Amino acid sequence: MAKRSAPEVNAGSMADIAFLLLIFFLVTTTIPKDSGITRKLPPIEENDEDVIIKEKNIFTVLLNGKDQLLVEDELMEIKDLRKAAVKFLDNGGDRTCDYCKGAKDPKSSDNPDKAIISLKNDRQTSYAAYITVQNELVAAYNELRNRRALEIGPKKGFPDMDYIAMEKAYDDVKFPGNRTKLKEVIEQIKIEIPQKLSEVE
Amino acid sequence: MSKFKSKKDNSLPAVNTASLPDIVFMLLFFFMVVTVMREDNLLIENRLPQADQVEKLEKKYPISYIYAGKPSKAYEKYGTEARLQLNDKLADISEIQAFINAERAAIREELIPKLTVSLKVDKEANMGIVGDIKQELRKASAFRINYTTATGDAKSNLD
Repeated sequence: MAKRSAPEVNAGSMADIAFLLLIFFLVTTTIPKDSGITRKLPPIEENDEDVIIKEKNIFTVLLNGKDQLLVEDELMEIKDLRKAAVKFLDNGGDRTCDYCKGAKDPKSSDNPDKAIISLKNDRQTSYAAYITVQNELVAAYNELRNRRALEIGPKKGFPDMDYIAMEKAYDDVKFPGNRTKLKEVIEQIKIEIPQKLSEVE
Repeated sequence: MSKFKSKKDNSLPAVNTASLPDIVFMLLFFFMVVTVMREDNLLIENRLPQADQVEKLEKKYPISYIYAGKPSKAYEKYGTEARLQLNDKLADISEIQAFINAERAAIREELIPKLTVSLKVDKEANMGIVGDIKQELRKASAFRINYTTATGDAKSNLD
């Protein structure tokens, strides 16, 4: 008998099937966007004890219904906010803070531990503006923490790592270095430059 | 002349499409790997604002999602003001506490304090609704929140 090759299977519809599956996945799934600015809400407290804070230690940021920014009773553009916040936090007015590089202006904040940023917004403020302001304030804290991390990191054996990199490394299970020591450094920076951001209701 | 004439007809040969399925499968696998199933069917517009000082939300701890924004095109009968969406339906501010309690009941006991509430709020919503949500969350003792944002330049939010 003559040799006959096996008939070829027609695979023309395979692409169609794959396209069907592809379109199904395109429609029913989303690319996850799970990152953002994490905050801790203050608990509702019964006692309304008035804590006395010196006026100069409070950095007031007001965001009105028209998305205009009022910082320390002066109108300000959002692009200048980060710089102003860093200047305020880094002031070191009472000279107890040896890592501050600010102007040491006695009229501004005493030290980063006492400095509080107070954020107030209207009901009409847009969420986009609010997030932008929050982002700038967090950026100001991160800027100072990064600077501090680059200062003390090399002494503790973590050279060339800023604060963000340290936190990332600490969360990374595969981090090869000494994690308990890294934790100490992170804690020290957190104590030296605490994030004190209060929101007025 | 006819000696050299091809025996086949002169039309162009068909383009070989055998690799087309492979290409489509490649795309398919890419989408299968990088995406997740939609958890909630959104009834509202949800374009997140951008920020660059973001932290990643840890998937190892439970996350509850609260959406807010103005009702999308198909649901315009609910008005143009920003609304709240819990699970698959529009909800009132007062339902948040019950929602948080239901979320807590669904997770293991030791993880309850780790519950993070992810606020996915449309960038055009105003802070009134966000403030109300935050107040309700405080009442429900859900203090860990995350303003979920897209990653990008924050200043572009205001354009």
